[in-house]
Amino acid sequence: MELECRVEKRLGSFSFQADFQAQGAKLGIFGPSGSGKSTLMLLLAGLLRPDSGRIGLGDTVLYDSAASINLPPEKRRIGVVFQHSRLFPHLSVRKNLLYGYKRTPKEKRCIEPDEIIRVLALEHLLERGVNLLSGGERQRAALGRTVLSCPRLILMDEPLTGLDENLKLQIIPYLNEVSAAFGLPLLFISHSLLEMRLMTEQVLLVEAGRVKGLTSTEMLAQKLWGSGRQGYTNVLRLGKPHEQDGLYEYDWGGTRLRLTEGADENENVFELDARDVLLFKQHPQATSARNLLSCRVAELSPSGNRVLVNLHCGESLLRVQIVPESVRELELAPGREVVAAIKASSFRRVL
Amino acid sequence: MNFLQPGDLDAILLSLKVATAATLVATPVGLAVSWLLVHGRFPGKTLLEGVVNLPLVLPPVVVGYLLLLLFGKNGWIGSLLLGFNIQIIFTLTGAVIASAVVGFPLLVRSIRLGMESVSSDYQHAARTLGAGAWDAFFTITLPLSARAVFAGMTLMFARSLGEFGATIILAGNIPGRTQTIPLAIYDYTSTPGGDRMALSLCLVSIVLSFVVLLISNAAGKSMEQR
Repeated sequence: MELECRVEKRLGSFSFQADFQAQGAKLGIFGPSGSGKSTLMLLLAGLLRPDSGRIGLGDTVLYDSAASINLPPEKRRIGVVFQHSRLFPHLSVRKNLLYGYKRTPKEKRCIEPDEIIRVLALEHLLERGVNLLSGGERQRAALGRTVLSCPRLILMDEPLTGLDENLKLQIIPYLNEVSAAFGLPLLFISHSLLEMRLMTEQVLLVEAGRVKGLTSTEMLAQKLWGSGRQGYTNVLRLGKPHEQDGLYEYDWGGTRLRLTEGADENENVFELDARDVLLFKQHPQATSARNLLSCRVAELSPSGNRVLVNLHCGESLLRVQIVPESVRELELAPGREVVAAIKASSFRRVL
Repeated sequence: MNFLQPGDLDAILLSLKVATAATLVATPVGLAVSWLLVHGRFPGKTLLEGVVNLPLVLPPVVVGYLLLLLFGKNGWIGSLLLGFNIQIIFTLTGAVIASAVVGFPLLVRSIRLGMESVSSDYQHAARTLGAGAWDAFFTITLPLSARAVFAGMTLMFARSLGEFGATIILAGNIPGRTQTIPLAIYDYTSTPGGDRMALSLCLVSIVLSFVVLLISNAAGKSMEQR
């Protein structure tokens, strides 16, 4: 995806301005509610007409006020997965799925319905009316419907909002799998940092009607920690575990971690609150914490009465939140060796 | 003695013909006008709304008289049509036009309510899936407001069956040509000794209206189940 967007739009007292260029397969759009994320989505999809500016996707001009170009939504081939699925209530799941597919010219179809139905596990739901679906099933069907229209770009407008916590996490692997398997670029809109970190590596920041620019998801997480609005959560991608003495041992980039929670997948994502890690100067003699990791301090970033310590554990990075007093007592400085103690039950599985 | 007079059958058939034709003619126009009133943004929208609703509050006789002025030999449209050798007044077409105009506000009100209840979100979704504006209208908006459209058509059909004031002025009361059930009843009641015949036609009228209501209910239910 090569997206270029420079637009202005006034909606009553709200004014929206964007000027950015973005590349890559997956891009997040992050900002608080009411900041203009959905406006940007509508402008890109062609459902809202900008007052002025230019929008280009690859070599196609979608909108150009100077040249009086404004492609209608159906000509843009930008798929949208909306916040509340918006499945057509008078059609069955099958007909919903095929709505866009039938309207895509044969030579532009890139995915067979059977394939996406299998990936999204919708086989047993095809003949059902959409009002009889659960929230997660609805979102999966909506995703399938959009993918089958073979768009050049998929916009996802908070597709996980309104789903309960467990369902959200069930949908994310589907989103990632669909994007990877069918090579469709994604623009993922959300106000949830965790969703962002699970979905994308690059984020466009939107605040008060302005697009503030591009940053990495990791930077965003640290920035939000620095502003004191949110705690920091480590997101760990772990391999397949094996059971030992009632605990599960995972591989984390060469380091072994012992957790209370098991998993069956080959890749499992866990979160670990930065406050749940204890640091020791030397290896403690005995402790209840099951994970004692030898780490080297990479960087200290203070913010008020908190300090975020970046640690290298083998090949992986771990971030720990402590207070300045502890920094002094432990004599922490870049390059210093410390031991991080983490309880086996501090990890929470997200995917 | 027969329950109905020979001419009564003509009146019943004519009534059904007029009501059916008026409903079928008015529905596409009603859809277009309703769509404009729901989604359109143009100057004079309030005026259009007023004009559409006017026949609902005006006495039908006034509507009939205005139509007569419009479609008469010297009227705007009447003189134009006369050039093509088409006459509206005192014909079945006149009766259809009168019924269509009088029933139109009922049709539009119902369709409009239905269309307003269909969120434009669905249309937007359809557009992003590659459907053009017309395509989205016919495959999404129209089916989703089908119940309201059908309810409006039923209402209009029933209203047309009973149309009297505008019809008698524009189409006259010619037995076998423009005399519908209400006009025939009117004739009987103004004839000495016609009470019994008027009553039989009244019964027919009640039965017809009842059947329309039943059909409307059944159809509404079957659409609800989908």
